[in-house]
Amino acid sequence: MRALPPGARAYILCAVLVAAACVTPALTDSGTPWAAVAVLAVLYLGCELLRFCPLPGSRVPEGIGSFLPVVLAGVFLLPPAAAALVALPGAFAGTVVQRPAGVRRVWHAAQQATAAWVAGQAYGLLRGPAALGGGPAAGSGPPAALADFPYVLLPAAVAAVAFSLVLTALDGGILALAERRPAATAWSGLATRSLAPHCVHGLAGLMMAVMWRSPYGLPAALLVLLPMYISCWLFAQYHRERGAHRATIRALVHAVDIKDRYTRGHSERVGQASTMIARELGMTEDRLETVRIAGILHDVGKLGVPTRLLRKDGPLTPQERRIIELHPEYGHEMVRGIGFLGEARSAILHHHEKVDGSGYPYGLTGEQIPVLARVVAVADAFDAMTSTRSYSRARPVPVALAELERCAGAHFDPAMVRALVEAIGRTGWHPVVTSDEDLQVIPARAAPAGDEATPEPGPEPERPGVPVGRTRQGAGRRDADGTGAGA
Amino acid sequence: MRATPAVWTVRGAAAVLTVAGLAHTLWNGVAEPGAALAFGALITIGELARRDRQDPPGRHPAPLGSAGALAYALLGQNAGQPTHHGVLQIVAVAVAAALAGMVPHIARGRGPAVDHLSRRVLTVAFAAVCFQPLYNSGRLEERVGQGPYLVVFLLLLLGLTALCDAVLAAAPAGAATGRPYGPLLRDELRAQLGIGSAICATGVVMALGAAVAGLWALPVFSVPLLLTQLSFHRITAIRTTYRQTITSLARATEIAGCTRPGHSRRVAALSCAVGRELGLSERELTVLEYAALMHDIGQLSLVDPVPDGATAGLPGAEARRIAELGGEVARQTGVPAEVAVVVERQADPYRDQPTSARIVRTVNAYDDLVGGSRHPGGSLAALERLRLGTGHDYQPEVVECLARVLARGGRDRVVPVPPG
Repeated sequence: MRALPPGARAYILCAVLVAAACVTPALTDSGTPWAAVAVLAVLYLGCELLRFCPLPGSRVPEGIGSFLPVVLAGVFLLPPAAAALVALPGAFAGTVVQRPAGVRRVWHAAQQATAAWVAGQAYGLLRGPAALGGGPAAGSGPPAALADFPYVLLPAAVAAVAFSLVLTALDGGILALAERRPAATAWSGLATRSLAPHCVHGLAGLMMAVMWRSPYGLPAALLVLLPMYISCWLFAQYHRERGAHRATIRALVHAVDIKDRYTRGHSERVGQASTMIARELGMTEDRLETVRIAGILHDVGKLGVPTRLLRKDGPLTPQERRIIELHPEYGHEMVRGIGFLGEARSAILHHHEKVDGSGYPYGLTGEQIPVLARVVAVADAFDAMTSTRSYSRARPVPVALAELERCAGAHFDPAMVRALVEAIGRTGWHPVVTSDEDLQVIPARAAPAGDEATPEPGPEPERPGVPVGRTRQGAGRRDADGTGAGA
Repeated sequence: MRATPAVWTVRGAAAVLTVAGLAHTLWNGVAEPGAALAFGALITIGELARRDRQDPPGRHPAPLGSAGALAYALLGQNAGQPTHHGVLQIVAVAVAAALAGMVPHIARGRGPAVDHLSRRVLTVAFAAVCFQPLYNSGRLEERVGQGPYLVVFLLLLLGLTALCDAVLAAAPAGAATGRPYGPLLRDELRAQLGIGSAICATGVVMALGAAVAGLWALPVFSVPLLLTQLSFHRITAIRTTYRQTITSLARATEIAGCTRPGHSRRVAALSCAVGRELGLSERELTVLEYAALMHDIGQLSLVDPVPDGATAGLPGAEARRIAELGGEVARQTGVPAEVAVVVERQADPYRDQPTSARIVRTVNAYDDLVGGSRHPGGSLAALERLRLGTGHDYQPEVVECLARVLARGGRDRVVPVPPG
């Protein structure tokens, strides 16, 4: 969010006004249970602030998301307006990763207050407060009424879904207005991603509310929060470790880039092109990820080739060529221990095989070459042709595709070439990671045949160059942030 | 775990309790079969959700099962009605349900997790013995009543149980590995802090929830813990691949001909052994291991490899430059920042270094000196060289610690880094 567009400003102002309207009744009503509101609000605030205080041995991982069970417990325990009040301080203090922080905080507070109010209304309509059982924990006898158990799940679930839907709808609106995303894509995915976590948070909120109303009171309610908080923590931790793992894979790639400066960004682009081919061939999601990693790591064996050889300008002697041709085997040897790579390992070993058997290291032919290796081979050749190397200038995309089609059947599997041509014909070729000197890469769309004489050198308009070799920690951090939203 | 007398004592006690519990329950019949069945089912599900892989000792492989068993031990009321099950029935239900949950694991060819089960039996029996007689006699209700104070009492009780569990885990481990008892118990208690506290909290809340809402509380209250268990599995899986990837990255230097085959893995294993001897915590050991694996990564940036890859013989400025290059690569791998610092500082004089970097520096130099053909005297000559360098380069304590580790059998007894 650079400069906030006027539409987004108006939208946020509206949301704040709506939230104020939700909260006001609690301030004017004399029956508001202020003690409970204060306890819950402070609890929520405390859960949000916990990430700032250093704990022995470990830190609260980034991207843990809002800790909503407290808010939802407020929804179940309090009148709607008071529940909206509970959400305010915690939402306001929650972590904000991007700027402008102040506006985002206000926005989050307004959003959560409104959602809590709507959820409280839905809960009330379904007779939820009565089903919760118990009474104020003042009496010392046996509890007044037990929670009406199978039934109380229904209003709680409806309230959690309502909460989730309101949050999602408001989020989608701000994405469409402030980040100028198309409305359809802004909403799609948001709902499915957040519904399940919100329902789990709702369940925890319900447990907390039940224990709060029981004779055991606040201490028991606090105990409910502990496992839930640890669960959220571990979830965020998982995403952080996954991000760290991806960063390690990138570091492997980066190590190749240090040695072979001309191929900077090549690995990521091959990964991307391989994924396009695989998707066109209708492979499953798991396999797409394998293909992507195979593409990214295909040249990792170049780490084993002396740097002087890789950087040599001019023709190589047969002896030097033989040394460079060892790199698929080096790469295979290197990643042998990485269990999850699976099929990708054979792709790394065989990505220089040719369909007619003239490739290396084993001279396999046709169907003998693993499928993923054939995919990566085409993607590799495609990117080699469309980017500048020490020995040749970059060629435009259509020329490269024509060249691939010419070699299909001899060097490349025709099915893979066809898939690449069709995929690029549909969506164009937008390399995600452009190289250091953007002129080396030609981000051409699938231009009509006459266009190839005038390639468009220049960076992608919406993606400024992100040189692989220069991403310090940004890459890993981006992952950790982007995936933590679902907690 | 090797079967030492301590292990057999734990197993024997658990076996006696189990036999007594089962016999008593079979003889007298089950009190409140509904509740017994529900809690038994919960424990079984918890066991089924356990993973086949052997978890490190001391960790809770089946948190939901443990929480269910504890909750049954602390169950005083069911939907407002007092319960009458005794300690022996609790043990019987916990064991029978856990055994039922283990059947698929055994069918898949895994041994029955005897130690895990006997620990469970003893801790549950401990909690039940502390709670049920007091509660059933009515004395507990006189003193603390049915209210917030009961929660506090249960928490204290579970704190004691967790301590008992940690002791049960640390004693056999200490007897088997010969490691000092203090750090082991500390590690155990630290491991309890996260997942253990979640288990205890869930156990208390489930027992109280069943008192308030009947057996419906069981499935509802087990959701957070079940999610925790799933997240735990996924974290373990990603950590395994993460370690494999880092090992691969470390091996890049060997394949590039910068270092001798196996150098980084040897340094990592020996560094961990030295670190353990010096009493580092688990987390510090992880940092140390990653740093040791990556300590030579900076050599990839050199246009011409160092002869033999032995950085120990290089002039100081050159070694520091390589270390800095390595720190830069390490920073990008997403490892904790401490790792990159260790890699970066490995060539500094030891007084400027953090402890882990001192260990890496010493062990790396040792491996370089032993491996190169320049020192036919081998290990002793290399140690002598290190001792000569203790004025400036190597910390004397670390060198002596290395000597002790080597004298004890050296590399054969160090905990292996998984081959990558």
